[in-house]
Amino acid sequence: MQSDRKTRFLTREEAIYFGLLAAVIFLILPMALDSFRLNLFGKYLSYAFVAIGLVLCWGAGGILSLGQGVFFGLGGYAMAMFLKLEASTPEATAIQSTPGIPDFMDWNQVTALPWWWEPFNSLAFTLVAVVAVPVAFAFIIGVAMFRRRVGGVYFAIITQAIAAILTILIIGQQGFTGGVNGITDLRTLKGWDIRSDEAKEILYFVNAGLLFACLFAAQYVRRSKLGRLLIAMRDQEDRVRFSGYDVASFKVFVFCLGAAFAGIGGAMFTLQVGFMSPTLVGIVPSIEMVIFAAVGGRLSILGAVYGTLLVNWAKTTLSESFPELWLLGLGALFIAVVMFFPNGLAGLWSEQVRPRLRKLFAGRGAGATPPAAPVPANSASAPDRPAAKAAAE
Amino acid sequence: MSIHQTSFVLSVEDLTVSFDGFKAVDGLTFYVEPNECRVMIGPNGAGKTTVLDLICGRTRATSGSVRFKDQELLTMREDQIVLAGVGRKFQTPSVYEDLSVFENLELSYPRGHSVFGSLFFRRDAEVKARIEEIAETIFLADLLDEKAAFLSHGQKQWLEIGMLLIQDPELLMLDEPVAGMSVAERKKTAELLNRIIDHRSVIVIEHDMGFVEDIATRVTVLHQGKTLSEGKMDKVKNDPKVIEVYLGH
Repeated sequence: MQSDRKTRFLTREEAIYFGLLAAVIFLILPMALDSFRLNLFGKYLSYAFVAIGLVLCWGAGGILSLGQGVFFGLGGYAMAMFLKLEASTPEATAIQSTPGIPDFMDWNQVTALPWWWEPFNSLAFTLVAVVAVPVAFAFIIGVAMFRRRVGGVYFAIITQAIAAILTILIIGQQGFTGGVNGITDLRTLKGWDIRSDEAKEILYFVNAGLLFACLFAAQYVRRSKLGRLLIAMRDQEDRVRFSGYDVASFKVFVFCLGAAFAGIGGAMFTLQVGFMSPTLVGIVPSIEMVIFAAVGGRLSILGAVYGTLLVNWAKTTLSESFPELWLLGLGALFIAVVMFFPNGLAGLWSEQVRPRLRKLFAGRGAGATPPAAPVPANSASAPDRPAAKAAAE
Repeated sequence: MSIHQTSFVLSVEDLTVSFDGFKAVDGLTFYVEPNECRVMIGPNGAGKTTVLDLICGRTRATSGSVRFKDQELLTMREDQIVLAGVGRKFQTPSVYEDLSVFENLELSYPRGHSVFGSLFFRRDAEVKARIEEIAETIFLADLLDEKAAFLSHGQKQWLEIGMLLIQDPELLMLDEPVAGMSVAERKKTAELLNRIIDHRSVIVIEHDMGFVEDIATRVTVLHQGKTLSEGKMDKVKNDPKVIEVYLGH
C-alpha cells in the first residue's frame, strides 16, 4: 500500500473521502435544507472544529482534554465582544444611563468600558484574538501540565476543572461578561446584517470553507513526521523522549493547535447563532464535544465531522420530541461507542464495511472461478487489516 | 585518575541515589574509555538498571557527578542528553507498534527533532538510504513496511537497537539486549553487537555469562549499589568476592 514510502498528502482513497465530505457540506446540505435548517447545520459544523482538534490531541496524541469548550468559548466570546461593541453605538443605546457601552454593563451599573474591551473595537484585532487568545491560554495550561508530566486522567480532570472555573468566572463577572445570559443581541458585522437569511447562508459557506482549511491543516500534521511522533508518544512516550525529543513541547503544540481550531469554531458559532453564553464553555459542552469525536471515530478527522453532524442532528430531532430522554440517550450512546465501537463510525467503516465492499468487488472481478474464491479471500483479508487501520488513522 | 579525565568518554564519580533512605546506587565511581565495551553484571537489585537510568536522566541522582566528555549530564534533560550523544536501549523492547519498521527508524534519524523541524521534515533520499542501510544491519531489510506490532520479540529488540544505531551515539547503553531471545537470535545479536560496538563506547547490562565473555572489554560487578569488582573478565571471574555473591549461585 505504501511500498514506495512516499509521504503523500492524500492517498487516492483519502482524496475520495475528502471529496465526499465536501460534496455533502458544499452541495447536498445547502440544496436539501431550508435556510433555518442550514443555519442549524452551520452551528453543528462550528462544533466540528473542536472535534477535529480532539482527534489530533486525543486520538493521535493520547491527550484527552475535557475542557475544549474553554477554547471554543474564548474564540466565541472574542467575536461576540466585537459584534456587541458594534451593536452598542451611542445612538442605539441612547436610553441607557451610560450610552455607548454594551447593555448588560449598563444594567450592572458599569459606567465605562473596561480597558480590556477596548481593543475589540477593531475587527483585525478581534480576528487575531479569536485564534491567539485560545492558543495563548492553551499554551499556558500546556506548559504548566506537560512540563510537569501531568497526563492521562489527571490532565482530563484538570481541564474539566478549568472549564468549570471559567464558567463560574464568566457568570460571576456579570457586568463585564454578560453573566449567565452571555453576550446577546448581536446584529451586524461592519454594517452587514448577520441575522438575514442571506447572511446566514453566506456564513454557512464561510464556516464550511474554514472547516476544510482546518481539515487540510490537520491532515498535513498527521502526514508529517510530527503526526507519526504523536502516535509514537501515545504508545511509548519514554522511547520518544530517549530518542532525543522534548515530548512536552510536542504535546503543547498539538494542544495549542486543537485550541486554535476550537477558537475558530467558537467565532463561527457566534456569527451564525448570534450570541455566546457560558452554556457553551462549561463541562457539559466540553464532554459533548468529546462524544462527537468518539462517535465519529477518534482516529479519523473526517469521522469526527460526520460524528458531530450525526450526534447533533439526533440531538435536535430527539430533543424536539423527547426533551427529557435526550441526555440519557447521549450517555447511552457514549457508553455504547466506547464499549462496542472504540474507533467510532470511521472504525466501523474501515474495519467492517470497507473490507466487505472490497471482498464484494474482488469477488466480482474473480467471478470466473467462484469455488476457489473463499480461500484466497480469507487469506487476503489478514494483510488487509493493517492497511484498513492505517487508513482509519 | 583525574589527570586522564578528559580522555574518558564517561566519568561517573561518587554517584548516589537514595529512594526514601534506601541507597540503590551508593557512591559509585567508574570510567568508560573510548571504544570500550563495559559490561555490568550483578545479582538482581544490585542497581544496574538504576545506573543507566541515572546516566540518561530518567532518574535524578541524589549526589555525585556524571560527565560525558565535557558535559555534566546530571543537570540536563533526557532529550538533551540523547542529543549530546548518549543512546539508551530499554530492557523490554520499546518500539512504536502502530508504526512501520521504516517509520520507527525514521523517528530516530538525527534530524528534525524540534516541533517545527518535525512538522517540515522531508523524507529525502539521504534519509531513505540511511534507514535501508541500518535495516540491513539489523536483519530487517525485508520487513521495512511491516508494522512493528507484527515483529517477533527478537526482531523488536533488533529494531530498537537499530533505532539507536541511526542516532549514531558515542555512548550506547544496552539493558539486557539478549534477554528472552532464542539461541539462534542470541547468536545473531552477539554478532550484531560485536559489529556495532566497534567504533563507540558501550555499556551493557547482561546476565548471560557466555555472551558477556564474548563482548566485554572490561566488567564491573555491582552489588548493593557499589562496585564489588572491576577489570578484565578473567580477573573478575576469579575474584573470590564475586564468586561468593554472584557467580557461585
